[in-house]
Amino acid sequence: MNAQGFKRLALAAILAVAILAPLGLKNYGVYLLSLWALYAIAAQGLNLTLGYAGQISLAQAAFFGIGAYISALATTAGMSFWLALPLAGLACFIIGALIGFPALRVQHHYLAFVTLGFNVLVFLVLRNEEWLTGGTYGVANIPRPALFGLSLGGPLAFYYLCLALLVLMTAMFWHIVRSPWGRAFAALRDNPERAASLGISIVTYTLLAFAIGSAAAGIAGAAFAPLVEYIDPTPFTLSLSLAFLLMVVVGGQGTLTGPFIGAALVTLLPEWLRWTEGYYLMVYALAVMVLMVVCPSGLTGLFDMARRRWERSP
Amino acid sequence: MSDIVQLFVSGISTGAIYALAAMGFTLLWQTTGTINFAQGEFVMLPAFIMLAAMNLLDVGLLSAFVISLVVSMVLLGAAFKRALVDPMAHHGVLPLIIATIALGIFMKEAVKTFYSAEAQPFAAFAPEGAMRIGPVSVSIENIAVLAVAVVAILALQLFLQRTFAGRCMQAVAQNRESARILGVPVERMVLYTFLINAALATLAALLVTPTYLAKFDNGESLGLIAFIAAIVGGFNQMRGALAGGLLIGLIDNFTAVYISTQYRHAIPLILLIVVILFRPQGLFGRAEERRL
Repeated sequence: MNAQGFKRLALAAILAVAILAPLGLKNYGVYLLSLWALYAIAAQGLNLTLGYAGQISLAQAAFFGIGAYISALATTAGMSFWLALPLAGLACFIIGALIGFPALRVQHHYLAFVTLGFNVLVFLVLRNEEWLTGGTYGVANIPRPALFGLSLGGPLAFYYLCLALLVLMTAMFWHIVRSPWGRAFAALRDNPERAASLGISIVTYTLLAFAIGSAAAGIAGAAFAPLVEYIDPTPFTLSLSLAFLLMVVVGGQGTLTGPFIGAALVTLLPEWLRWTEGYYLMVYALAVMVLMVVCPSGLTGLFDMARRRWERSP
Repeated sequence: MSDIVQLFVSGISTGAIYALAAMGFTLLWQTTGTINFAQGEFVMLPAFIMLAAMNLLDVGLLSAFVISLVVSMVLLGAAFKRALVDPMAHHGVLPLIIATIALGIFMKEAVKTFYSAEAQPFAAFAPEGAMRIGPVSVSIENIAVLAVAVVAILALQLFLQRTFAGRCMQAVAQNRESARILGVPVERMVLYTFLINAALATLAALLVTPTYLAKFDNGESLGLIAFIAAIVGGFNQMRGALAGGLLIGLIDNFTAVYISTQYRHAIPLILLIVVILFRPQGLFGRAEERRL
């Protein structure tokens, strides 16, 4: 089987598992799966910034939070969720472009530094500006949407909404990556000098990748607010941004399936490792370090290595 | 007037602690391109080693500090380099960043699980109380912290400028390949920078922990501050990290009193963003040539 066919099979398998998985689960399990779908969307976005455009963003949680607050405030004020969702994506796209532009004038790791500062700032604003965000009290009673009169209020129905969003966003990313845009992104990551000499504007394309990646986090956040029905600033700290970064790199940056696996590890693994009590985060951190030493291209890289070895053996 | 002097002294003294952590951070970056996201935890852990030494071995603060210094240099210096940084030397910047993030989580969780999740009181090495100099009174602890930090920073500068090993280290930081060609034992010099970083972190732990108490998540804010200080000052210069640390310490103290306690932590971040926008090489750094 060639690599392309293998990739399609992997995506189809993930989708089948994702559709069937919640059927035997209790509410909490379904909630975790919904969280996985939303984290995977944000991770897909970061994957575009990191895996394809080669820039580190440490503000993915901030955009996730901005999206969540826009959706929470708009829907509690009576706006339709279906309007709030694209609005959150658009807002994050614009904010991403605004903070990305100056940072990308300077190459290297400066986007990482600016986004790191931005994430902490956003958290402080969310916590301190009580008139807007409710401060530490947060926003409560966020309504879940309905579609054509069909309520998506139940856990299972809402999960399928999250999954549908994930499929849509993945299709969009798949399209972007395979379009001339995506090829330009990859060219920039692999050899910026040559890309520039071929007439690709480095700043424009990197900025675009970062802004689209941020918008994905905003959309995921917009669905996160009705999922949890109550938000306060605590989830949107730098640690969540670092977790998103872990998802992408551990899953395998620059691959389409990597973020799914990474997001599953970050949301589901802690639950499966519950029996280890307080040790699971330690085990997890240790595993990440070992993975980075052994195979820096992440789990998908590890699978590829195994697959190649398997194919070579008769 | 006397308020301002007091704030200035306490700002410089916290700033000197930040500078210790930021200088170590810069050293690692210069010699190995390591952006250590666990730098805050590198300050948190020695504090707990000191506590453990005092409680288990029943020794005084000074002996505990020496024990912690040795353990930290072995664990956070040599072992960190051998086990994590060396194997990833050719993997690029990102995998190592991820690995140090994981290392930070690991250290935090280990301390939380095996020691305590609660904040632990930590003995100050200087007596409390105030000292009057003319019309102003300043805290003795601030002065003592400042004195220790200044001695450490001066000693480090002297080592880097005046000793053969120090100059070799500078050569490695400036250009690894040329240094190797000139016969500098590059690997050993790199090991020295890791040992020095661990030592600076342990000293920072001794100075900072009495104020903040010892808690497993202390490293989060400290690491961020060291990071900001290093970048604001100039990522490629030791004196940049020193100046950046002092500046952040001063800003921290003055904003808390004169602007707003709520946004106290925001000012350094805004400074960070402004510096990156207008002077990306840092306030005191030299410009790197652009790649394109």
